[in-house]
Amino acid sequence: MPPQGEVRDERQAGLWAGILVLFILVAGVVSFVIARSQWWLQPLASVQGKVIDEYFDWILYATAIGFVAVHLFLAAALIRFAARGGERAAHWHEHLGAELTWTLVPGAAFVILGILGVFTWSGIYSAPPSNAEVVEVTGKQFFWYIRYPGQDGRFARTDPRLISQSNPLGMDPADPAARTNVVLVNELHMVTGRPVEIRVRSLDVIHSFFLPNFRVKQDAVPGRTVGIWFTPDQPGTYSIACAQLCGTGHYTMRGNVTVESQAAFDTWLQQQAAQ
Amino acid sequence: MDTAVAHETHAGDHPESFIRHYLFSLDHKTIGKQYYFVTLFMALVGGSLAMLMRAHLGWPDRGILDPSTYLAAATMHGTVMIFFFLTSILTGAFGNFLIPLMIGAPDMAFPFLNMLSFWTFVPSVLVLLASFFVPGGPAGNGWTSYAPLSAVPAASPGSGLGQTLWVVAIFILMTSSLFGSLNFLTTIINMRAPGLSLGRLPLAIWGIFITAILALLSFPVLMAALAMLFLDRVAGTSFFVPAGLLIGGKLTPHSGGEALLWQHLFWFFGHPEVYILILTPMGIVSEIISTFSRKPIFGYKAMVLSLASIGFLSFLVWGHHMFVSGMNPILGATFTISTMIIAIPSAIKTFNWLTTLWQGRIRFTTALLFAVGFVSLFVTGGLSGIFLAASPVDIYLHDTYFVVAHFHFVMASAALFSIFAGTYFWFPKMFGRMMNERLGKIHFVLTFLGIYGTFYPMHFLGTHGMSRRLYTPNFYPFLGSVQPLDVFVSISAFVLGAAQFIFIANFFWSMLRGPKAERNPWQSNTLEWTADSPPPHGNWPQTPVVYRWPYDYAVPGAPEDYIPQTVPTAPAYAGRHGGGDAGGAA
Repeated sequence: MPPQGEVRDERQAGLWAGILVLFILVAGVVSFVIARSQWWLQPLASVQGKVIDEYFDWILYATAIGFVAVHLFLAAALIRFAARGGERAAHWHEHLGAELTWTLVPGAAFVILGILGVFTWSGIYSAPPSNAEVVEVTGKQFFWYIRYPGQDGRFARTDPRLISQSNPLGMDPADPAARTNVVLVNELHMVTGRPVEIRVRSLDVIHSFFLPNFRVKQDAVPGRTVGIWFTPDQPGTYSIACAQLCGTGHYTMRGNVTVESQAAFDTWLQQQAAQ
Repeated sequence: MDTAVAHETHAGDHPESFIRHYLFSLDHKTIGKQYYFVTLFMALVGGSLAMLMRAHLGWPDRGILDPSTYLAAATMHGTVMIFFFLTSILTGAFGNFLIPLMIGAPDMAFPFLNMLSFWTFVPSVLVLLASFFVPGGPAGNGWTSYAPLSAVPAASPGSGLGQTLWVVAIFILMTSSLFGSLNFLTTIINMRAPGLSLGRLPLAIWGIFITAILALLSFPVLMAALAMLFLDRVAGTSFFVPAGLLIGGKLTPHSGGEALLWQHLFWFFGHPEVYILILTPMGIVSEIISTFSRKPIFGYKAMVLSLASIGFLSFLVWGHHMFVSGMNPILGATFTISTMIIAIPSAIKTFNWLTTLWQGRIRFTTALLFAVGFVSLFVTGGLSGIFLAASPVDIYLHDTYFVVAHFHFVMASAALFSIFAGTYFWFPKMFGRMMNERLGKIHFVLTFLGIYGTFYPMHFLGTHGMSRRLYTPNFYPFLGSVQPLDVFVSISAFVLGAAQFIFIANFFWSMLRGPKAERNPWQSNTLEWTADSPPPHGNWPQTPVVYRWPYDYAVPGAPEDYIPQTVPTAPAYAGRHGGGDAGGAA
C-alpha cells in the first residue's frame, strides 16, 4: 500500500474487475439460453406438472431479474468507484427509506412466492380422486417392483419372511388377492387421462421414486407406505429413476413407464396376469 | 483476570521447549495457525477427491473408478470439505486468530481449553484418514449418511468399518468444536477491551459470535444422532431401522426403528451447520469491503440484526431438505414459508454490501477481489435456493444436480472466497509478511472463472433431471445428451484445481520470504491493526482502549480517510455518531 497522501489510480483495475463481472453475467445468460433448448426440464406429461412448471417459470423470471440486476450494479460500482487521486469516499452509511424498500419489496416477493407454493403443494397432496388407478411401487436394491391389484382392487398381505425368488414381495399365499395381484419388475403402465395413485414403499433402504416427466418424486422409505397421485395426460414411454443414494447399484435403478389408452392398458395387464 | 491470562501466555517469563511452545501452544495465534495448516491440508485432500470424481464423471465409460470407489470419493469429498475444511478453518483458524485481536484481549478466556480443542481436532482427522485404509474402504453413503443404508453394514460395501470410523471421527470433531465455541462465546462476552461495546463490535466478530451459538445448539444434536447410528451399527439397537428389512438376502434383526428420524436429527443440525459456514464469511467480507471501499459498512445495525435473524431462523427450516421424504405434507407448506423468509435477511446483507461499494473509493487488492467474488457467488447460489425452497418445484429438483449447484455456490464457493479474502487480508498480521499481490490477482481470476465454469452448468444437469451421486448417467435414456456438459464441468474443475497451486506457492513462499509487513498495511480501523505484525504473546503491551466503532472511514474533516478504533474522539472529527459508534452500549 502506498503511504497516505500519495495519488493512487485504481481505475484500470476497476475496469478489469467490472469487465470480469460483466463477462460472468453474459456467460450466465447465454449459457441459460443454450440450456433452455438442450438441457431443460424433461417433456411434460402430467396435469399437476403444468402448475409446477408455471410456478417454476415465475421463480425463473424473478431470479433472472435478480441475477442480472445485481451483476450490473456490481460491475457499475467497481468501474465507477475505483479509487483515484486523494478523493475520499462518501461517508453516509444508513438510509431508512432505501433499507425499508429493499426489505419490504423482496420480503413481499418471497412471501407471495411462498404462499403460491403452499397452494400448489396442497393441490398436489390433496386426496386422490375415487376413479384413480391404484398401483403399488416397491423399491429394492436395485429394482422397482410394480404391483397391480386384481379386479377387486385388493392388495394381498405381504410379509418379508415370505420373500423368495418366485415371490419377490412376499405375498401371503393364504390371501386370495395373492392370486389376482400382478407383479412386474421395472415396468409401469398408466392410462392417458386417468388419475393414478401410487403407494410407494421399500424393502430395504431408502430409494426415491422419480418420474421426471410427470414432476413426481417420492422417497421409498422402509417401514412406511406413502401415497401420491397424479394424472398422466400424454401417451408415450418415459423413465423411472431412483433419486436417493441406495448403494452401489443406485445408478442402475431405471424403470420404464408407458402411458396408453384404457384398452391397450387392459390388454397389457391381462397379458401380464396370464404369465 | 486480564493479568492472570496475560501471565499464563507470556513466553518471556519462562523459556519453553519447542514442544510446549509450538506443538502444545496456549497462544491463540499459534493455535489458529495450527488449525490453518491442518485444514489447508484437508482442503487439498477434499479437492483431490473432487478432481478424481470429475476425472471419472467427464468420461464415465472409461471406468477409471468402480461404483463403490466413486461413491466413497463423493462421500469423503463432502465430509472432508464440510467438516474438516470449512467448519474447522472458519472457527478454528480465523475464529481463534481474530477474536482476541479484534476485541483487544491478550488471549482467549480459556487458553488451555483452546489447545485441547486443537488436539482433539487432530485425532478426529487421523480417524477419518484412517478410514481410507481399512478393509472395505471409507464410508460411501454420502456426507449425509442416510439410515438405514448407513446403519446396516450389509446394505452396501460403503457401509463397512469405514462408515463406523466416519461416525467416530465426526463425533470427536464435534467435541473439539464445542470446546472452541464455549471459548469464543466466553471471550467475546467477557474480555472486550474498555470502550468496546457490542455496538462497536466488528462484523467479523458478530459473525463468529452467532456462529458459536449456532454450533453449541446444533452440534449436540448431530452427536446424539451419531451415537445412535453407532449403536445401531455395532450394538444391535434399532433407532433408525424398522422391522422386516431384507438386506443381502437376509432379514435384518432390527425392529421398532424409524428411518426418517435420522433425517430429522441430521438436518436439524445440518441446516444451522450451513449457516455456520456462511455467517463468519459474511462478517469477514463486511470488514474487507468496508476497508477497501474506504467507506463505512452500510447499515451496520441491519447487518447485525440480519446475522442474528439468519441464526435464529436457521433452526426453523431444516425440513426443506425433506420435502419428498414421506414426512407429513403439512410440513411441506410450513418449511416453504420459513425458508422463503430466511432469504430476506440474506438479501438485506447483499444490498448492504453493494451499497457500501457505491460511492466508495475502491482499492482493488486481492482480498477485495475475493470479497466481491463472494457477493457474486452468494447471490447466484441464493437465487437458485429459491427454486428449492418452493416445495412443488423441489419435487422435481430434489436430489438432482440443481441442488449440487446451489450448495456449491452458496456454501462451498462463497465460504472458500471469504477464506481466501481473509487469508490475503490477515496474512500480514499472522506472519508479519505480505503475500504477492500479482500472484494473488492471477489466482483470483482463474478461481473465479473456474468456479463459475464448474458449478454453473450443474444447474442445467439438474433441470434436465440428472440425480445426484450417479456413477454414470448412461443407464437413463433421458440423460443421453449430458456428456458435453459433464466434460465442460470437468475441464473447468481441472483449471480450478490447478489454480490453487498458485495460492499454495504464494502462501508458503511469502511466509518465508515475503516483504516484511508494517503494522497496518491496509489502513484499516479494527484493533488487530494496532498490534505488531505479527503480534507478540499477549498481543499488546497494554490493553487498548476503544473510543469509536470500526467503520470511521471517509469521516469529513478528519486528517486521514480512516480513524482506528483506538483514536480518541474530538469535536473536529467525531464521525457521524458523535461518540464514534453505531449506537447502543453494552
